[in-house]
Amino acid sequence: MAAQAGKIDPMHQFLVEPLFGTAHWSIAGYNVAFTNSALYMVATLVLMWVFMLGGMKGALIPGRWQVAVEGFTGFISNMMDANIGPKGKAFTPYVFSLFMFILIANMIGMFPLGVVPGLHAFTVTSHLTVTGVLALVSFSIVLIVGFLKHGLHFFSLFVPHGTPLPMIPLIFVIELFSFLIRPFSLGLRLFVAMTAGHILMKVLAGFVINGFNAGPGIALIVSVPSFVLMIGISALELLVCAIQAYVFALLTSLYLNDAINLH
Amino acid sequence: MDPAAAKLLGAGFAAIGVGLAALGVGNVFGSFLQGALRNPGAADGQQGRLFIGFAAAELLGLLAFVVAMILLFVA
Repeated sequence: MAAQAGKIDPMHQFLVEPLFGTAHWSIAGYNVAFTNSALYMVATLVLMWVFMLGGMKGALIPGRWQVAVEGFTGFISNMMDANIGPKGKAFTPYVFSLFMFILIANMIGMFPLGVVPGLHAFTVTSHLTVTGVLALVSFSIVLIVGFLKHGLHFFSLFVPHGTPLPMIPLIFVIELFSFLIRPFSLGLRLFVAMTAGHILMKVLAGFVINGFNAGPGIALIVSVPSFVLMIGISALELLVCAIQAYVFALLTSLYLNDAINLH
Repeated sequence: MDPAAAKLLGAGFAAIGVGLAALGVGNVFGSFLQGALRNPGAADGQQGRLFIGFAAAELLGLLAFVVAMILLFVA
């Protein structure tokens, strides 16, 4: 955790490193080593599978697990229906998978694996490469659906109803720019929220440890308030995990609504 | 001015932007709560828009944070 006595290193937790070396992991010259990031993505997948399969029993009177799964599916289904309408049903599986993956990946990053010496939980979504790909997939689906459904009439999305004719060129450019920035903002939002939260917790944890190492007087003044703050921030971070997953899915459904229903 | 010192100062200034974003986010939730306390029945229907507003305000604050991080660790 601390690189040397007193120095807090908050960035080491985000390091992506190959687990089994890079010697034999090559496809067509590209290095495809199995990294800790890949391991945690597999863990997310396994957890999601276990959760969903456990709740898909289809019992008429659902048990607790089935109620939990139905809670999630109903939540996303209602959100898609409220934002898109009946045409959104086709996209509910994608948005649900997206939401569950981001939620579980965020939560696994908060897991206290650090109590085992030498281990630390890795947040998959704390890398712009991962969140950027998720955002690009969402944006590509929006573009493909928009152009397949409406052809070139899709560009009428950038000229709202009732704009006066002289303003149309300016409005078109502004709307186009704000549309093109959507994948960046989607990916960036999730990435920075996760990264900032984890950096904050690592810095506070560093305060606690360094306070204890500096003697009992300083420990009382520095470490105890920092530890209490860590508990509060951890609770806030769990909330932020859920909110950021929800916001990602919500904005994806809104962008899909733009593509499907145009206005 | 020494470039390393200038970077650290720039990161400190960017943190002011994050504080301003905190004001923005508080504004979003505060307005929602004000309206919800006047008309509780209509509050649940607007929850989606609450989170959209929160996401937009938070994003701009996160952009300031990204500037601070770039100054500290990239450039």
